[in-house]
Amino acid sequence: MTQARPDAVIEFRNVSFRLPNGKSLLDGLSLQARRGETLVLLGRSGSGKTTTLKMVNRLLNPTAGEVRVEGKATVAWDPIRLRRRIGYVIQEVGLFPHLSIAENVGIVPRLEGWERERIAARARELLDLVGLPPDRFAARAPRELSGGQRQRVGVARALAADPPILLLDEPFGALDPITRSEMQKEFRALEERLGKTMLFVTHDVREALILGSRVALLRDGRLAFLGEPREFLRSDDAEARAFVESSASPALREGGA
Amino acid sequence: MSFLDFLVTNRREVLGLTLEHLGLVGVSTGIAVAIGVPAGILLTRWRALRDPILGLANILQTVPSLALFSFLIPLHVSLFGARVVGGLGAQTAVAALVLYALLPVIRNTTVGIEGVDPAIREAARGMGMTGREILRLVEIPLALGVIVAGIRVATVISVGTATIAAAIDAGGLGRYIFRGLRMNDTNLVLAGAVPAAALALAADFLLGRAERLFAPGGARRRRGLVAAVIVAALALGAVVAAQVAGGGGGGAGGRAAARIAVGSKDFTEQIILGEIVAQAIEARTGLEVVRRFDLGGSLAHQALVAGEIDVYVEYTGTAWTAILGGERLTDPAEVLRRVRAAYAERFDLEWTEPLGFDNTFAILVRGEVARRLGLRTISDAASHAPGWRAGFGQDFLSRADGYDGFVPAYDLRFAERPREMDLSLTYRALAEGVVDLIAGNSTDGLIARLDLVQLADDRRYFPPYDAVPVARRQMLARHPEVRETLRALGGLITVDEMRAMNLAVDGEHSSPREVAMQYLKRKGITAATSDPF
Repeated sequence: MTQARPDAVIEFRNVSFRLPNGKSLLDGLSLQARRGETLVLLGRSGSGKTTTLKMVNRLLNPTAGEVRVEGKATVAWDPIRLRRRIGYVIQEVGLFPHLSIAENVGIVPRLEGWERERIAARARELLDLVGLPPDRFAARAPRELSGGQRQRVGVARALAADPPILLLDEPFGALDPITRSEMQKEFRALEERLGKTMLFVTHDVREALILGSRVALLRDGRLAFLGEPREFLRSDDAEARAFVESSASPALREGGA
Repeated sequence: MSFLDFLVTNRREVLGLTLEHLGLVGVSTGIAVAIGVPAGILLTRWRALRDPILGLANILQTVPSLALFSFLIPLHVSLFGARVVGGLGAQTAVAALVLYALLPVIRNTTVGIEGVDPAIREAARGMGMTGREILRLVEIPLALGVIVAGIRVATVISVGTATIAAAIDAGGLGRYIFRGLRMNDTNLVLAGAVPAAALALAADFLLGRAERLFAPGGARRRRGLVAAVIVAALALGAVVAAQVAGGGGGGAGGRAAARIAVGSKDFTEQIILGEIVAQAIEARTGLEVVRRFDLGGSLAHQALVAGEIDVYVEYTGTAWTAILGGERLTDPAEVLRRVRAAYAERFDLEWTEPLGFDNTFAILVRGEVARRLGLRTISDAASHAPGWRAGFGQDFLSRADGYDGFVPAYDLRFAERPREMDLSLTYRALAEGVVDLIAGNSTDGLIARLDLVQLADDRRYFPPYDAVPVARRQMLARHPEVRETLRALGGLITVDEMRAMNLAVDGEHSSPREVAMQYLKRKGITAATSDPF
């Protein structure tokens, strides 16, 4: 078993997860995310990336081993308190269609009982941060926005209560290539500004190498590789090589190095 | 009188019945929403209950209204000292309407909440909403359009089904519709059906607007206003219904023990007889009488057994075959003796003195035909039947003492299979020559009016249907003067007199109350000078 490092914000200790029907989705996973880093979970569909992510905010509980967040096992956390400390962004975004953009962004502060003025100010601040001028966007409905704009709102919403941890599940997966590439660049800038601990799920190796401080490669519910992007490109691991070769292009070297 | 004239002349009554109707619909839909929405939410949390509860609501919707009433009337469900389910009147009609309205409300609530995009629900969970917060902030707001759609369906259904409330003396527009159908009076039917249709369309329109407003993305600022309007409409309904219940309520088991509740079935003759019994009791005993008329199907019998009414007029043959399930008998004295004994033993009810006439099936032909061929009995007609067509009501065709035994008893053959049609239409069909022989009721006023002739039942096929007041023995023991009054009515009414009274109401549109009053004065049952009201 790996030794906990003092700056490990999220730690998986020999974690396994089985469905009630016995099917194994994760098998003996151990890894840590350090304070302020973006750890990318990379893997094919069904490799266990999303399952791993959902165990951090207790949407799922391990069937063996334990997940620790800020030094405390998730099962020992009150799930509601735990989730309010963790921003969560999913591919489908999940904006509430009956609320305005500003109300969507302000929902967690509202749950936390903030005052109205403070919520409104925070929503404007965050919309600015994700590049949606609040004067134009705050009062609009989610369905009036493009996919990329909605995804920005999703990120702003996850950041609203200033959680120290952010979980992102293929946040740019449904976007067209150009928008996607723009969002990745902006997200990189955001990473540096915010200094949050992030767990970022993707099946896109380019995205993993651009955004991750480290990459964790999953295969069939096991950790196949864990290291910095530079090391990933040189890895002998067959799955890592398959990923690198699948999308080898000049842009990759440019972005990942 | 044209339909519009009728509306203008009777505008107060039309408005009153419309408000009653609205009250029944508003209260029952309000209760169905108060029960159905939480139940629908519960089903999304407790999945094992989903299929059993929705299945039960489904079955409830298929139960015919009269069957549901006969189940509800004997119940005694009280809340804060007031009877909320059971007996005759608005509370039982509301209970039935609630049961019918539950399915669309529960189903739409469940389906609406289940239909919320799983990604949205997961986002809500992931950001740390509790189950209650997810329900309040996400699921209910998103399902609201579908829930309102369910309420809309329930309301429109209720406007239609509330017409059956008239069958248990709960008022509403069904009064006009059923009275009109019975009396073959188009104006009356329209006076009930047109306001009911207008109510249904208005409810559908308003709730349709509400549905769009409450759908995700609707104009949220106006929701408060619409919600307020709907709540106000329901409150108005509740107030009206409370007045209806207060005004029409209080049967035999009510507050004043000295009140006698007189019932009747739902056709003209029964209402006249109900008035005769009621007015005779009022005039001769001084007791206060409550009228619970127009009870559909066998509800009068059930209301009597349940103590909801104290007396109504029943027919010996009907009691013997339909209620007691006895085999066919033809001797009137024998049938009366048997029903009297069986009712005393099984129901603690007393058959008093026969009123004097027999309302049996009357085999009718056109008077002109009878005179030309010299027909007096059914046997006389048998030889002509192969050239004739016959038309019968559903009742005659389906009863044990009806068509199936009748044809072999007289060895009848008709030119073609008998036509099945509504009883009131058979008279017209016979008079106009569409058919040549029908089975009517022997006391029907139309027999004389349309120049029809009743052929004698010379082989005594039909059981006797002597009209006799049936009363609760408990009430008679407490009020011997009522028994005296009913005895005074014994043997009073001849078939011709009954026909004349039926014709006065059905044909000349006199009120049953007036017809009964004139008759009792003429017969000296009530003093000509005394005022029975």
